[in-house]
Amino acid sequence: MSENTIHNNDYAVIGKSVPRIDGREKVTGAAKYTGDLKFPNMLYGKILTSPHAHARILSIDTSEAEKLAGVKAVITHKDVPSLKYGISPARWDENIFCIDKVRFVGDKVAAVACIDEETCYKALKLIKVEYEVLPAVLDPLTAMDEGQPLVHEEYERNINTEIHQEFGDMENAFKNAHHIRKDRFVGQRTYQSPIEPHSAISMWQDGKLTIYSSTQSPHYFQYYIAREFGMKMGDVRILKTYVGGGFGGKLEPTGLEFAGAVLAKNTGRPVKMFYDRAEMFAHNRGRHAQYMEITSAVDKDGKILGCHTNFIMDGGAYTSLGIASAYYAGALLPLTYEFDNYKFDMFRVYTNLPACGAQRGHGAPQPKYAFECHLDEIARDLNIDPLEIRIRNARRPNTVTPNDFGINSCEIKSCLERAGAMSGWAEKKGKLPKGRGIGVATGSFVSGAGYPIYRTNLPHASAMIKVHEDGTAATLYTGAVDIGQGSDTVLSQMAAEAMGFVYEQMKIVAADTETTPHDFGAYASRQTLMSGAAVKQAGEEVKRQLLDMAASMLQRPVYDLDVKAGEIFSISDSSVSLSFSDAAREFFVRRGPLVGKGSYTPPKLGGKFKGAAVGTSPAYSFCAQVSEVQIDEETGVIDVLDVWDVHDCGMVINPGLLHGQVHGALFMGLGESIWEQVLFDDKGKIVNANLAEYRLPTALDMPKVHSGLIDSYEPAGPWGVKEVGEGSTNPTMGCFANAIYDAMGVRINSLPLTYEKVWRALKEKREKEQAQK
Amino acid sequence: MQAIVDKEGIKRYLISLTVNGDTYTVVVKANTMLVNVLREELNLTGTKKGCETGDCGSCTVIMDGKPVNSCIILALEADGKEITTIEGVAQNGVLDKLQESFLNQTAVQCGYCTPGMILSAKALLTRNPNPTEHEIREAIAGNLCRCTGYVNIVKAIKEAAGQPVDEH
Repeated sequence: MSENTIHNNDYAVIGKSVPRIDGREKVTGAAKYTGDLKFPNMLYGKILTSPHAHARILSIDTSEAEKLAGVKAVITHKDVPSLKYGISPARWDENIFCIDKVRFVGDKVAAVACIDEETCYKALKLIKVEYEVLPAVLDPLTAMDEGQPLVHEEYERNINTEIHQEFGDMENAFKNAHHIRKDRFVGQRTYQSPIEPHSAISMWQDGKLTIYSSTQSPHYFQYYIAREFGMKMGDVRILKTYVGGGFGGKLEPTGLEFAGAVLAKNTGRPVKMFYDRAEMFAHNRGRHAQYMEITSAVDKDGKILGCHTNFIMDGGAYTSLGIASAYYAGALLPLTYEFDNYKFDMFRVYTNLPACGAQRGHGAPQPKYAFECHLDEIARDLNIDPLEIRIRNARRPNTVTPNDFGINSCEIKSCLERAGAMSGWAEKKGKLPKGRGIGVATGSFVSGAGYPIYRTNLPHASAMIKVHEDGTAATLYTGAVDIGQGSDTVLSQMAAEAMGFVYEQMKIVAADTETTPHDFGAYASRQTLMSGAAVKQAGEEVKRQLLDMAASMLQRPVYDLDVKAGEIFSISDSSVSLSFSDAAREFFVRRGPLVGKGSYTPPKLGGKFKGAAVGTSPAYSFCAQVSEVQIDEETGVIDVLDVWDVHDCGMVINPGLLHGQVHGALFMGLGESIWEQVLFDDKGKIVNANLAEYRLPTALDMPKVHSGLIDSYEPAGPWGVKEVGEGSTNPTMGCFANAIYDAMGVRINSLPLTYEKVWRALKEKREKEQAQK
Repeated sequence: MQAIVDKEGIKRYLISLTVNGDTYTVVVKANTMLVNVLREELNLTGTKKGCETGDCGSCTVIMDGKPVNSCIILALEADGKEITTIEGVAQNGVLDKLQESFLNQTAVQCGYCTPGMILSAKALLTRNPNPTEHEIREAIAGNLCRCTGYVNIVKAIKEAAGQPVDEH
């Protein structure tokens, strides 16, 4: 039995599905998102973007736009710093506005600030830009060929990132193999599509720049905006209101913040900037399309001896977070299954398409799709049950991956067994009627990155708790960012638990670089573990001071006292009691503010080879998924009937929110599996930059979800927690592909697994079978 | 409908609409969308903009009993109509049973689709107090949610309809 089970009942606040701290505001429409804010004298700003995928800028004439009534400022590259920026410090390759050439349809050229939105559109039309159209690089597979145009002159053969890693003894593994198999798969470009469009409001006062932004990380925005404008970080304040989803797409500052800051400065007025839906697609930073070749060597029992992954990813025109995406693609693959020998080759190439970045699961879901399909093919070659081959290869706790990631808790074997039992795998596999199939796959993810995005020795998270003067409430100040996942709620629960207080009287101030202590923000599934560790420490500091005061008030030794759910009690004498509030009030009277603080820095993690840091984490989540599908032979229509998702995500702070993450991850995986794909015409222009033709699943598309949990305790996390939100995206695409194979005997080796692809594969199979007769 | 022409020759119309029980008179252009009247003129920002092309449903309001995408309804079409926005769902600070059930069932994550989702559900339960699960899914099929997979939203609507709800 894990520690989790033993102590679970001792908790007063965590482990319970308390209602969201922001729930009432959100259901009444009172919750304000950045686009809902207005400031006196506020202007509206829009960005002029490139209509060409690749073109030299010959001239820009803004004179006509400047003359239009209601236009307050027009800016181009001449009016802004030329310092290159980007979220990845290894490749700063973006400018606020393009200087010499544009690199994709949607690249930033100029911006306007006007008295209203309508004037902005009129002004943009009056800016004359003369282009010399250049040949564009649109195909990532030929981007590296000799003679191709260069997206960035300084990056030869359009190579943005190149990775070659080898661990163990590959030669020996392949020499001793019973069976070797190579498969190729293709992943598609997808877009996060948060329902709230990006928006930012910039304003200046006495040399200080304040930006309200729909951001996943006020800290990185503050850092990069200060750097771009040569300002002290203390003179830049970034804060978020409510954020309407991010999924990785709101992690890095955009033209809205950079151009908005300049427009606000030049006009001396607040400026609201925003993307419409098509502009969101153009800004993109969604999932990279990957071309994936996997070769594995196995023994006769299907045990993986060695694996070689050879990938190319389409990075688009800029780096974004793509270096990390490229590393993640290969580095996270050895998490779920144990093998000692691993080789990973990757090229991330530049193309004249919108830049790709980090989307839920980051670089991992497509390689996971490829590997899970590949493993099913190996199982079939060796006549082993797909669930069984996964159980045989399942990673064990307290192991180290070939690329030096230390794994503490790991219950993937139990996840597989439970998912098998819940789904009735044994009764169904091979026994379902034609057209019906069942598939299995696994997933895993980091619980926060071991190292920050840029090099710094700042702690990864910090927190402060201030108990109200009369002791009846406490406010948690945290830099952690709630983008919908519920971190404000979870961290408030953790604060209350650590202090011995009640959740109902918790208040929270979050994600404001001026009023809250530093935190890197919402990415890499880091906040429950990392921000949670800082919050726990802050709460424990409050508790220590409170009990010290109580000891003095009650004339008892402090070691005899404890506090839980707002009541201080004696361990030895049940007649002694004092309320949290009374002791906290007395503390304020005698000693001043009752404040606790905490911070968290992960231990040194990872190996010494190039790129060893990427993919390290204090803890990893694990999950297994089984799905059942029904395929219509005539049309190829895929109907996902049931999905069984079983997770090892450590101690659960709020089960309601946790299952919500599982549902959302499955939903996004479903969309990416079957419908979602950003499509381009032959000029590099997106043809489906809207929510009708970029098809997100609707309520009618969702299968029945059965979400289960394996008891687990992660020693690296506060109270034993680890992540759930991203790892659960990883199994879905492979799981459905395997279920489709089980149903119809056709392998769809490219994403999305569209009805048309299934129909074509069935047609080919029929034709082949007829030819053999 | 009363119209005036401004100096540039653009016609503006005087319309009256009832929003959450109160009647407002506003001046709009022929191409002004209802969502902008609600958000910009009446400061009812609970009605969200997600796509402005009628695809996502974030701007859903109830107009004369029917859920509509206010981003593709001309303000002129709303003249004389009765409109309920999310701000009009709770009465005197008391939440509607749908709002309560959305909280109970953890049906809210980022919250951006929530106002539109609640209004589509409210329109459904008003015309069909005991819907099947398929009818519920159909009623909210025009409201996109990127966070929840609709799982808990469907449960919340069932709960508000007084139907039993499964775990997880």
